[in-house]
Amino acid sequence: MALLDVQDLTVEFPTRRGVLRALDGVSFSIGQGEVLGVVGESGAGKSLTGAAIIGLLEPPGRIAGGRILLEGSRIDDLSQAQLRRIRGRRIGAIFQDPLTTLNPLYSIGRQLIETIRTHLKLSEADARKRAVRWLEEVGIPAAGQRIDAYPHEFSGGQRQRVVIALALCAEPALVIADEPTTALDVSIQAQIIALLKRLARDHATSVMLITHDMGVIAETADRVAVMYAGRIAEIGPVAEIVRTPAHPYTLGLMGSIPSIEHRVERLAQIDGAMPRLTAIPDGCAFNPRCPRVFARCRIERPELLAAGATRAACWLHDATVPPLRGAHG
Amino acid sequence: MAEASVLEAAGVSRVFDVSSPWLQRTLAREPHRLLRAVDDVSFSIPRGTTLALVGESGCGKSTIARLSVGLLEPSGGDILFEGQPLSAARAQPGLRRRMNMIFQDPYASLNPRWRVRDIVAEPIRAFGMAKSRGEIVERVGALLARVGLSAQDGEKYPHEFSGGQRQRVSIARALSSDPEFLVCDEPTSALDVSVQAQILNLMKDLQRRYGLTYLFISHNLAVVRHMADRLGVMYLGRIVELGPAEDIFRAPRHPYTRLLLDAIPDLAMIGRARAQVGGEVPSPIDPPPGCTFHPRCPLANARCRVEKPAVTPVGTAQVACHAVQEGRTGP
Repeated sequence: MALLDVQDLTVEFPTRRGVLRALDGVSFSIGQGEVLGVVGESGAGKSLTGAAIIGLLEPPGRIAGGRILLEGSRIDDLSQAQLRRIRGRRIGAIFQDPLTTLNPLYSIGRQLIETIRTHLKLSEADARKRAVRWLEEVGIPAAGQRIDAYPHEFSGGQRQRVVIALALCAEPALVIADEPTTALDVSIQAQIIALLKRLARDHATSVMLITHDMGVIAETADRVAVMYAGRIAEIGPVAEIVRTPAHPYTLGLMGSIPSIEHRVERLAQIDGAMPRLTAIPDGCAFNPRCPRVFARCRIERPELLAAGATRAACWLHDATVPPLRGAHG
Repeated sequence: MAEASVLEAAGVSRVFDVSSPWLQRTLAREPHRLLRAVDDVSFSIPRGTTLALVGESGCGKSTIARLSVGLLEPSGGDILFEGQPLSAARAQPGLRRRMNMIFQDPYASLNPRWRVRDIVAEPIRAFGMAKSRGEIVERVGALLARVGLSAQDGEKYPHEFSGGQRQRVSIARALSSDPEFLVCDEPTSALDVSVQAQILNLMKDLQRRYGLTYLFISHNLAVVRHMADRLGVMYLGRIVELGPAEDIFRAPRHPYTRLLLDAIPDLAMIGRARAQVGGEVPSPIDPPPGCTFHPRCPLANARCRVEKPAVTPVGTAQVACHAVQEGRTGP
């Protein structure tokens, strides 16, 4: 059984001009101890997916359809009070900016101890011991003394380490990390990725890693979901997604990333930009930018279809109707 | 000058005063605090080429961008534009219009109350480069077409464009005074990758067609690799390695350059483990003595802790590192 199972998740924002569908039938699962990378451009819905799972959708956004199952039981229809018991205890969260995650008025120790005691039945002293152990584990030097320091006394990289300790200290089964390294410099980013990877392995924690940086995903994730305009365009093992992508969008995305290994004269480019939520085209949302578009793509919306080692939402991979016949029919 | 450099910097420094306000300083008996953002930096950019400066936050790369177009005055050293001191060059409209800048954030660098046609026309008007209204309209239309927009887009306001299109407007504005030298400060770091590819391709096309010279500032080494002819790696206000980009990427010499190259997550790294790099960039207000990189350097020894390394030629590059100069491979 998958640890997290998201089925046909739909998120809508009612507005004065009608209902905007920000997530449209998103389905995926994450296994025990697995790192799933979620990648996409701004507005693709990757952060929204994370927020929906953890129950932190900003109103008026709401889950309009589908189910979210954590260890087999539904968590999408729980009350706020029930959700509070799940957040931190069973699902941890790491956000982009450690300065806004940490409360500047409390020492990091107090924040850690409070989190630990909220979720685990431990005495103040035991919780403090556990907090020090977690700070050591995330690589804060002299954790015993530093535990009483305030967030501003730490550097950006160390703050993100504290945030990771905070997310993991109640030993959740799943961690949602939303752009955890985007605010950091490259040399610090490498340290944080390595740390996250090691902790996930040591504690058999599953991770949903949301980022726009394909390089980070390539190094960290086991599987990748590529999102486009509120849907999953392609999902599969990381090596196949990077090396032999099946969806034309994934292919374009990979080609547009400059590489450090070799220099190309021109980067592959996908013309245009992702559609706004108010103007999602009919059929496949990618069809106006797709170099391999044919008639069917403009009318009918593709579901995820098996495409080699991955699954892609693209009619090119419909075994029952080959694209050529589709183009003429 | 035979080998004409468009821009030349010789021993340029820039110091910022970051002291507390006078009263607070007097009461707390604090000394003045100075931040040496750029420290004795020299480079030159030959015509029609791209020099990229790369480094982590606080290394002084954006300060150099601002110094290079005269938005900041250097505290020491000289900057020459077309062989003339930058301040003198800026005083002559004929030379002043030949340099321009593209900024990082296309949401902040375009006036939201102006139509795009006025934004693009501003330098044309400011330098009196067109004789009539009709000529301005014509030039703006041509500039918008050059960056992949249409002449009708000139009627719109910035908020009607996506981030990538806004950066195209910034580029059109930067090109409107027929410059030959553009300073690009992180021009794509606010953009999504597929849009970034469009802008980088456009910048390369424009360089080829109009023989532009770029000073390209970025923290993203992969982007730099794609754009740069020459590369300068900066650390805490100094250029620690400078040379042909291909050579530096193939055989980086300075330990910091090697650390940076190792640290970048890359698509080719699937499932590969790599050497860990420790430490963080120290505060530029209170940099370590000697070589500022020594606390993080695997090759640091006693000399590195006290003596600041000078920039010396090594192969095709220039490197500021005692270990490289001594041929040391350990501490």
